[in-house]
Amino acid sequence: MKNIAALIGGMVFGAGLVFAGMTDPNKVLAFLTLNQNWDPTLIFVLGSAVVVATLGFMLVSKRVAPLFDTEFHAPSNTVVDRRLLGGAAVFGLGWGMTGYCPGPALVGLMTLDVRAAVFIAAFVAGVIVYEKWGQISASRAQPDG
Amino acid sequence: MTTADVVGAIIGGCLIGGAAVWLFLSLGRIAGISGIAANALMRSRDHIWPLLFVVGLGIGGWIAYLASGGRPAVEVQSGQWLWMIAGGVLVGFGTRMGSGCTSGHGVCGLARFSPRSLAATLTFLGVGMVTATGLALL
Repeated sequence: MKNIAALIGGMVFGAGLVFAGMTDPNKVLAFLTLNQNWDPTLIFVLGSAVVVATLGFMLVSKRVAPLFDTEFHAPSNTVVDRRLLGGAAVFGLGWGMTGYCPGPALVGLMTLDVRAAVFIAAFVAGVIVYEKWGQISASRAQPDG
Repeated sequence: MTTADVVGAIIGGCLIGGAAVWLFLSLGRIAGISGIAANALMRSRDHIWPLLFVVGLGIGGWIAYLASGGRPAVEVQSGQWLWMIAGGVLVGFGTRMGSGCTSGHGVCGLARFSPRSLAATLTFLGVGMVTATGLALL
């Protein structure tokens, strides 16, 4: 059931990214580029996603456990540290260069967009580099998602 | 920005938020795509569900493209490959170091009122905007 639930979740998420226009990296760059051609559409994507998720998480949090697992796996860390901010800055740099974040790039990979395929190959290389480089500090790492 | 763009953005956003809620309700997991991607592409022997989530992304994406008139042709600009490779490495490195991306921090984290996710989201949005705006000036 877990695997079917994940498949369904991925399908809804992927369809949402396409309808939202986020799988077009040029559209994302038009949002990130603050000039006379600025395209603010993605504010509506993030805004509506956060509103739905906020209401949904409130309802789900009333449950003792999820449907197909014995416990919730939400992170509890609340400390804003340099690792968090440094990582977010490095991610922002790559996002601003390409217009791709991981979700839309995966949809692109799976729908045979060759730009996304190249991006994901490089993404995997970046993950490997971090995991080699970050092994010393990995002991205090706590993933948020 | 047209009305159709805004309608698509809101429909898409609601589906993204709904999928995040569904993943939390069913598996108790945060829909952080960078983490799911790293697990699906590198550690799928431990858990099969991240791989199926990624397969679902592709199926859902195809269905949405079919419903909205097909996937637009991919136009690659000259010199774009180098940016894709360099940017992809930075996104892979940065999302692991910062424990999340647009989905995990930007959607799920903000919805859970996480101070870490708020700080991360403001940071990657700010740096992303400065980077894209600066590159457009070159």
